[in-house]
Amino acid sequence: MLYIIRRLVLFIVTVALVSIITFGVFQILPGDPVKTMLGTEADEVQIESLRKELGLDRPLHEQYMDWVQGLFTGDLGNSIRFSMPVSDLLMDRLPVTLSVASLALVIVLFVALPLGIFVAKRQNKISDVLLSSATQLGMAIPSFWLGMILIIYIGMNFDFFKINGYVPWSESIAGALSTLVLPALTIAIPQIAVKFRYVRTSILEQMQLDYVRTIRSKGLPEKIVMYKHILKNSMIPILTIFGLITAEVVAGTIIVEQVFALPGVGQLLITSISYRDFPLVQGIVMYITVTVVFINFVVDILYSVIDPRIRLR
Amino acid sequence: MKRYAKNINLVVGSIIIFGFFLMMIVSFFYTPYDVTAMDIPNKLKAPNTEHIFGTDEFGRDIFSRILVGSQTAFVVGLLTVIIGVVFGVTIGGIAGFIGGWVDELFMRLMDALMAFPGIILALMLVAVFGPGIVNTSIALGIIAIPNIARVARSGFVQHKEAEYVMAARLIGVKPLKIMFKHILPNVSSQIIVAASIAFAIAMLAEAALSYLGLGVQPPDPSWGRMLKDAQAYLIGSPWYTYAPGGAITILVLGLYMLSNAIRDIMDPRSKA
Repeated sequence: MLYIIRRLVLFIVTVALVSIITFGVFQILPGDPVKTMLGTEADEVQIESLRKELGLDRPLHEQYMDWVQGLFTGDLGNSIRFSMPVSDLLMDRLPVTLSVASLALVIVLFVALPLGIFVAKRQNKISDVLLSSATQLGMAIPSFWLGMILIIYIGMNFDFFKINGYVPWSESIAGALSTLVLPALTIAIPQIAVKFRYVRTSILEQMQLDYVRTIRSKGLPEKIVMYKHILKNSMIPILTIFGLITAEVVAGTIIVEQVFALPGVGQLLITSISYRDFPLVQGIVMYITVTVVFINFVVDILYSVIDPRIRLR
Repeated sequence: MKRYAKNINLVVGSIIIFGFFLMMIVSFFYTPYDVTAMDIPNKLKAPNTEHIFGTDEFGRDIFSRILVGSQTAFVVGLLTVIIGVVFGVTIGGIAGFIGGWVDELFMRLMDALMAFPGIILALMLVAVFGPGIVNTSIALGIIAIPNIARVARSGFVQHKEAEYVMAARLIGVKPLKIMFKHILPNVSSQIIVAASIAFAIAMLAEAALSYLGLGVQPPDPSWGRMLKDAQAYLIGSPWYTYAPGGAITILVLGLYMLSNAIRDIMDPRSKA
């Protein structure tokens, strides 16, 4: 219990600091933010009304408290470009981003885990060199370039795949997949290249422990040794990695949406930066970051469920 | 020396970095074609003997633009690392050396910065600072700070109780001098490794921001920006993306290899 409370306090402190940073950064904008947003053609009346609408005529801490309250109630004010509530815009775009991210996550899980187990069983000098090269390449290749390569070699050769735009799930499942698989692969491939090695290391570490030797000497079939005993015990480090992956997949989606012209949160964020639509930028940054921090918090709690020893630390 | 020759990461990484560095130096004095000279009749020509990487949508030589683009990559990477190291070492050093609530305050702040996904923080900062080489570097430098601060802090915590620090304190050496003259050289190897990784991340992030149209702006050449332009011609001229994408990947790969090699050489225990 103490462990969970400690984690919860840390989670709240982190979210509070993140909100202060996200709010504070936009206070150091050079010049008058209202004038910057409206451009040079705006007249005094427009400027005053926008200033009032944004609440910029009030003291800073009040503005901050208002904004934080808005985060909880979903009322983050209106986007300047769309004259629509920020939360409505987000809700509109969220399904696209969530679809890409979850599909990518599923691909990573279903490939990286078996691959990690597979290579852990066969280790030698040559495969070690190959594996570490694959990992380094996975870290070095920019996702947006990988996306273009997938478009060139897969998207343009198979009619099934659409290389831009989005079809909602409700319209057609095959249609949705045809627009989502390539972006999801773009995010997943580098993640797999980097993360399957963690699975491998984690399994190899377990393999050397005494209990494995004991159950082997009892004559248990290799399958049971691997899947029932070793895998179970390697779950904690693996879980840590997948906590990290979620954060990276969410961030990866932001860029990859741009390659495949997917109308998701990432595209909304990038266009709102170009249009200097700062309430929208602030809201998106805050929600994405809190989601990621929350996932890490959940992963922390899950550890203690899987391995009760952690609670004692 | 023989021992190092067997280190594939060191050899390949050094060759790549040295190659690109040479390319950058040469590009200041010589490029096969004028990087801004347009030649519309010869636009989007696939790689051939005259233009080994082909020509872009204005008929400009892609190879020459790749050469000049390396300047931007190195400048942004270097500025980022300078900002990251100066602030990171100062913050981490003070936190580790003084300890107590200062440590707690500084490190919680660093944790909060690290809680943002890197690209989200980068986008938020360029939204505030605006685009361009210097602003991009400042944004990326801020992102590099927390990691370097963490590394510096753990080094300073390790060393502050060491006997040579005690001795220095006893004979009345000033704390600042102990920090920078006595402890810093001892933790420099970890900081160099962290800085070289920050360099690689900065180059990738610059390419990403420029690809999104929010980083380096024309007329400054950038590989990420070239990829953005190339994307419009993906169907007719897919080879257009190969040179800029390949350049980013190979350079970043070289940096990662080199940073792995430095880590292995300076701290043989980490090799496992």
